[in-house]
Amino acid sequence: MLKVRQQPFKTAVLALVWGWLLVLVLAPNLLVVGTSVLTRDAGSFIALPVNLDSYRRLLDPLYLDVFLHSLYMASVTTLCCLLIGYPFAWALSRLTKPRQTLLIFLLIVPFWTNSLVRTYALKLLLATNGLINNALIGLGLIDEPLQMLYTEGAVIVGLVYLLLPFMILPLYSVFEDLRRELLMASHDLGAGKLPTFIHVVVPLTLPGVIAGVMLVLLPAMGLFFVADILGGSRNLLVGNVIKNQFLDARDWPFGAAASILLTVAMAVLLLAHKLSERRLGNGESKP
Amino acid sequence: MNQTLLSLRNVSKSFDGKSVLDALDLDIRDGEFITLLGPSGCGKTTLLRLMAGFEHPDDGSLTLAGTDITHTLPEHRPLNTVFQHYALFPHMTVFDNVAYGLKMEKRPKDEIRQRVDEALAMVQLGDFARRKPHQLSGGQQQRVAIARAVVKRPKLLLLDEPLSALDYKLRRTMQVELKRLQRELGITFVFVTHDQEEALSMSDRVVVLKDGLIQQLGTPREIYERPANLFTARFVGETNLFPGKLERLGDGTITVDVLGVHRTLRRPSFPVCEGQAVHVLLRPEDIRVLAPDADHGLAGKVVERNYKGSTLDSVIHLADGTEVLASEFFDEDDPMFDYRLGEPVKVSWVDGWEWLLPVEPDELPAGAELAVNA
Repeated sequence: MLKVRQQPFKTAVLALVWGWLLVLVLAPNLLVVGTSVLTRDAGSFIALPVNLDSYRRLLDPLYLDVFLHSLYMASVTTLCCLLIGYPFAWALSRLTKPRQTLLIFLLIVPFWTNSLVRTYALKLLLATNGLINNALIGLGLIDEPLQMLYTEGAVIVGLVYLLLPFMILPLYSVFEDLRRELLMASHDLGAGKLPTFIHVVVPLTLPGVIAGVMLVLLPAMGLFFVADILGGSRNLLVGNVIKNQFLDARDWPFGAAASILLTVAMAVLLLAHKLSERRLGNGESKP
Repeated sequence: MNQTLLSLRNVSKSFDGKSVLDALDLDIRDGEFITLLGPSGCGKTTLLRLMAGFEHPDDGSLTLAGTDITHTLPEHRPLNTVFQHYALFPHMTVFDNVAYGLKMEKRPKDEIRQRVDEALAMVQLGDFARRKPHQLSGGQQQRVAIARAVVKRPKLLLLDEPLSALDYKLRRTMQVELKRLQRELGITFVFVTHDQEEALSMSDRVVVLKDGLIQQLGTPREIYERPANLFTARFVGETNLFPGKLERLGDGTITVDVLGVHRTLRRPSFPVCEGQAVHVLLRPEDIRVLAPDADHGLAGKVVERNYKGSTLDSVIHLADGTEVLASEFFDEDDPMFDYRLGEPVKVSWVDGWEWLLPVEPDELPAGAELAVNA
């Protein structure tokens, strides 16, 4: 009786989820793929014939430079997030439960403010007439304001600021699962702190590292407004290229091809994550 | 056998102001199988962790084979631990798990291979070297954990309730296997358990712990037959407790009034005086159930009978409400053996099989202590 009643509900929920994914995820992505192999058209944005010119243009030195510079800034951002996030997540997992909850809450509070607004706030700090420069001049440490805004560094600071929680949360989750008994076993077998870290802690937290890298590296190439507000004209992200192609240059096929580049990069990272989890089997040895 | 391997002197440890171990002294002899037995929260796991070095005592010292190890880090102690939930490294194969300790010692590759193979063969897991821990059953994971701990040839092996996660049959097998390993390797085992049966069947000596204090330290037989106090008596095995009143002191004997029946017993080792209240302890297998017309014994009736295969266990209510457990081997020649429920019987015991304990001043009145079974 119960089973019969459950079945239609289950079917309906599954249909809804699948429908949602088909209409709002798969279809738009297929449209992007379709657009990327068409030709630019002044009137209706896209037109036949089908060709791979847009992908060829991705290799143009002009764009290749932007991509590589964007990848470089995203990598530095990811590395900074990892260097800050890893010890933070470890320390967080060692605190008492109420303190953990409080700190995670504080970590999430900034999300309540629009990230665009927060980026502008950062601009106020970094500007020539901004808080930091004024404070440094006021203290007599410098005579002339430092050029902080519109630099590579400003973009990276902005990206780290916005993306750090996305690194910390998956890392926190793997540290939470890391059983203290395993560390004790490692010490018991004669491994000091550093060997234990290398042979036990790092391999067991690797899925969290890869998940965090995934959540930081790709957005760090796409958050175009950070580069717009803090980066000036020379520090473009792949996201800026995509946005410009769609909104300014009106070259939809090329914009679509650039965004597929990011999707493929994401797929590669997902695959790496999957493989790293499989290496651990079911994650933990079950008693 | 008689040489002390690890000695703990005056060891105290408290967490958040709550005392877990209180000025504890313990000597562990070289080559023995010693068990720390007690209910949860008695301090046995803390004691083990102090030995392993995961905790450090607030006060007191630990000496291992003549070296003070009170403040030595776990990685520098020549002893190893088998953890309750095995703590196998999930990202390593069985081989790499067992090889871990030897790799940390930077042993040559050939030696590592040989010693790991030997250790795995010893626990009959030679064919499983390439598996990951999650591909093994609980019992197999347990054996890997043991191989990983003994491959380093420690002076002392600490086992923290290693069998508690296994089912009953596997437990029995592993108990026998652990005893065999201990004999073959000649390593001193310190075994933690809350299971008194396990403690009695495996150990050379048992340490009974309660609230961070050693209640009794002795061979399984001493613990079971001559418990030092009521706690040990109740915690280890099942116990019948009769209130007794000392009537007369004789030459090496005493006469005790047990629920109106006068019996002459051996004089106990604690100081006694006439009129003193004592506990008379009897194990269920010491009890004899007699016909109601027997010339001695306490009158009662059978209220429960449990057929246990090798024994027949009965519960008998005495006239005053005291409950007595009796466990008897079958005797097919005895016509009285098969009592029916509700049948009147008399209860007695073989002279000299009783054990006397003094009534402590802070105990409840003797009447309230009746019929408590561990």
